[in-house]
Amino acid sequence: MRFDFPGEALDLLMPMHLAVSHDGQVLHAGPTLAKLFPEHPEGRRFFDLFAVRRPGGIGTMAALPHGQRLHLGVAGSPVTLRGAAMPMCGGLILNLSFGIGLLEAIRHYGLTDSDFAATDLTMEMLYVVEAKSAVMEELGQLNLRLQGAKSEAEEQALTDTLTGLRNRRGLDAALSGLIAADQPFSLLHMDLDFFKQVNDMYGHATGDEVLRRVARILSEETRRGDTVTRIGGDEFVVVLPGLGECDLPEGIARRIVARMNEPIDVDGRICRISISIGVTSSALYDRPDPEIMLNDADQALYASKHGGRSQVRRVR
Amino acid sequence: MHGLFNRAIQCFLRDTYGADLWRQVAQDAGLGFEDFEAMLRYDPSVTDAVLRAASVRLSRPREAVLEDLGTHLIANPALEPVRRLLRFGGVTFRDFLNSLEDFPDRCRLALPGADVPMLTLREGEDGYLLSCRWSLDGVGHLVVGLLRAMADDYGTLAFLEHMGTAPEGETVSVRLVEVQLFAGRPFELAARV
Repeated sequence: MRFDFPGEALDLLMPMHLAVSHDGQVLHAGPTLAKLFPEHPEGRRFFDLFAVRRPGGIGTMAALPHGQRLHLGVAGSPVTLRGAAMPMCGGLILNLSFGIGLLEAIRHYGLTDSDFAATDLTMEMLYVVEAKSAVMEELGQLNLRLQGAKSEAEEQALTDTLTGLRNRRGLDAALSGLIAADQPFSLLHMDLDFFKQVNDMYGHATGDEVLRRVARILSEETRRGDTVTRIGGDEFVVVLPGLGECDLPEGIARRIVARMNEPIDVDGRICRISISIGVTSSALYDRPDPEIMLNDADQALYASKHGGRSQVRRVR
Repeated sequence: MHGLFNRAIQCFLRDTYGADLWRQVAQDAGLGFEDFEAMLRYDPSVTDAVLRAASVRLSRPREAVLEDLGTHLIANPALEPVRRLLRFGGVTFRDFLNSLEDFPDRCRLALPGADVPMLTLREGEDGYLLSCRWSLDGVGHLVVGLLRAMADDYGTLAFLEHMGTAPEGETVSVRLVEVQLFAGRPFELAARV
């Protein structure tokens, strides 16, 4: 059968086309498709050059479906192609393209703009790929900088974000201020009792709410000008400026203990906790030192824990 | 104004005139910071303040600063991605000119919602006339610098001139003298990774 088709026109309109005779011989290959092979594919057998991946089980020209989407592997190449075949001019014309492996194919075969049809969206796709990578790169760096700024801000923060109380850094600042000004003050070092059970029984969301309620009670039971801090999970320290002796602070501590014995209702969940407190005052020291005072108050706190919880002990 | 453009001005001033000059400009403009974030947005007045400060510090008219910036965007090897993205516009400089009307759509593919210059190309008696409209006064001068560098990139000799402002925007005339004068810079479709 005579094979007569407008090769020159097809080379321009569809540079990745392939003309195959009905008995499987490659009659013509578009210029871009021909670049995938070390030697020009004309005259070769179609099934020596291509493997039909999808639909499966196709090994003869007669079985090659017309008009249906085909996925082809290329002999000796990592590239896969997709396209469709239609009978035309006494043979079969396949029009093919690279699909998602486009970038790899361009790199592998050194393709240029003129290798693609005028209607092809390759340029737009390459453009988008590069533009997106550039934008993602910028965003990635911005995220890193923001993350850095966030941790720096957290590091410098004096506030405990959960309760709104001051944090350990806030406590240190308050204590060094008082010592520098040579002011008398007392410390209440506190630890919740049975808080772990609340967390275990009701979960962390409830536990967090209990901590916020505790924070509110501590603020209510202290004076304006006192510093209430949360320095660990369920560990709190209150600084009472102006009270150099232990008596008044101990009274405040007892009131706090009494308040904490009341059950806390979080959305119908009744949380029973209490608080143990150790008290120390600057008058007990020749030269008050925050570390030593906190440590002493901590010892007193543990004495109240061991003494049966929900109580106040002074430093001796 | 998109941070990308402000960032471009910053890098241009810093890379061309040094970090000290940039710090002075940032200070004169009252930025309160030294680094623009390319992916954030800024008020257009910030861009204006920076350009004004740069113009004073460099004793160069704002138009010249913008034109130099346009050239820098293409010619500086550190900004290769910009050149590459523009080169996708066409195989020849003429193709590229004809792709400029797609420029805003292309930008929006990458950065949805970005405020980008509207460009309209028409054939004049003696070449092309390109109308540029943007939130930035002087966009035409930026385009002159940018197109001059792109013409070099394609190896084309082109005369570019800012023709003033018309109702449809600032007008740039483009005259192609020699379509392929020299080899131009190579452009491979797939960037080396």
